[in-house]
Amino acid sequence: MESIFFFVVAAVAVICSLLVITCKNPINSALSLVMTFFCLATFYVMLDAPFMAVTQVIVYAGAIMVLIIFVIMLLNVKAETVKPNTHAVLAGSAIGIFSMFLTVWFLLKGSLTGATGSMSPQSIAKTGHIEIIGKALFTDFLLPFEVTSILLLVAIIGAVILAKKRI
Amino acid sequence: MDTLILGLPVAYYIAMVAKVLVAFVFVLLTVAYATYAERKIIGHMQVRLGPMRTGWHGLLQPIADGVKLFFKEEIIPDQASKFAFLLAPLVALIPAFISFAVIPFGGTIEVFGYKVPLQIAAYYDQAGAQVFDINVGVLYILAMASLGVYGVVLAGWSSNSKYSLLGGLRSAAQMISYELSAGLAIIAVFMLSGSLSLHQIVAAQADGAWYVFKQPIAFVIFFICSLAEINRTPFDLPEAETELVSGFITEYSSMKYAMFFMAEYANMVTVCAVTTTLFLGGWHGPAFLPGWFWFVAKVYFLIFVCMWIRATYPRYRYDQLMHLGWKVFLPITLLNIVGTGIWIAVTQF
Repeated sequence: MESIFFFVVAAVAVICSLLVITCKNPINSALSLVMTFFCLATFYVMLDAPFMAVTQVIVYAGAIMVLIIFVIMLLNVKAETVKPNTHAVLAGSAIGIFSMFLTVWFLLKGSLTGATGSMSPQSIAKTGHIEIIGKALFTDFLLPFEVTSILLLVAIIGAVILAKKRI
Repeated sequence: MDTLILGLPVAYYIAMVAKVLVAFVFVLLTVAYATYAERKIIGHMQVRLGPMRTGWHGLLQPIADGVKLFFKEEIIPDQASKFAFLLAPLVALIPAFISFAVIPFGGTIEVFGYKVPLQIAAYYDQAGAQVFDINVGVLYILAMASLGVYGVVLAGWSSNSKYSLLGGLRSAAQMISYELSAGLAIIAVFMLSGSLSLHQIVAAQADGAWYVFKQPIAFVIFFICSLAEINRTPFDLPEAETELVSGFITEYSSMKYAMFFMAEYANMVTVCAVTTTLFLGGWHGPAFLPGWFWFVAKVYFLIFVCMWIRATYPRYRYDQLMHLGWKVFLPITLLNIVGTGIWIAVTQF
């Protein structure tokens, strides 16, 4: 039952990500990307990580993609005219395929299959995974967490300074 | 009886489907009669009668409107981007409905010996001792609310008309701005409840310990921001008639127009239900009436407040709207979170 569901969602995810790069209209591409994010969120739910799923939808589908669509609308990007840019396409696909093989190779070479960490489904269910994420963020990963937020702040200020002539 | 699907008895799934149907029909009927109630209430507030002709005191008006819209001609603009144009009404309508999956609309009832919690995405464990529901319920609602913006943006862009585009852009900017304050306002509630599960948030508000008393600032800001997010007056700039015709729905006709209309009212019902759940104690109330009655009564009261606001306040100007969202609500909600944190630290340690 679960595996049938997985394959259906996986098929939708693959089709949508293909549509992202094949759609001629940029808005339709962006919508396919939203759909792909949704499928990813579904995978998170199936992995018992609803918090990750919801964050995925809020951040990627709800915020980032809205901004991208906003930009597309404001710039009024028309449907892409197909340019025969075969060299770039060839090089890109070669790099993509190479890195995919590399990933699979490393995965098969290492001893990751079947290895278990300190967490188990039981221990996650006991403390609750939001609590676990929160604790990890504010204790072990406090510095990276704060540095990330400062980075975002810098980005915001930079964007304002670039966009506004007089402040 | 003992057939299990994914570790749960079949009866659980039957109960879930039944709850989906009940909630869906409830929202649909409320949406239909909210349009009637709005015209009636605003009519009486402006010393008019409102609809009177169709049925007794115009009671059949929503049905007449529905039939009329159903038989209108369907017009798709020539230069419209067809796929997005057809998709937009659906994208606007569906998030409003699926938010209801996590809202507890009543206590527990017993059907054929099974304990059934009146919340769609929830079930009792087989011993009947503990309710399991989606433990990020509030975030789920925020996520669905953030998806609603797509319907508006797509409608505005795909219609290929100035008014639609401007309406869509305005609406998107407005929704993104106010989402932030609304999200920050309810963080104060999570801090008190210690849980993101709506079932537990409602349970924490039993016996009149409603969060509206503990978090009045968060309640007011959340409700106002929600009004802004669903484009209700006084924040209905995306469809400001005097400037933008009908904003992003200018080019829509027939059932697609009706779907945007339904989405607007369904959003209102959802927002009122979420506010009830988070701040007004959900389905809790004096025990002589069942829980679902109190839930429905509170939701209807909040819907009435929305209409009251619409009859009372003029529309905001666009810069005022942005000023209010970013420079007034955002700092207040942040201070509210800090204050709540201090209060928790003082009382608990």
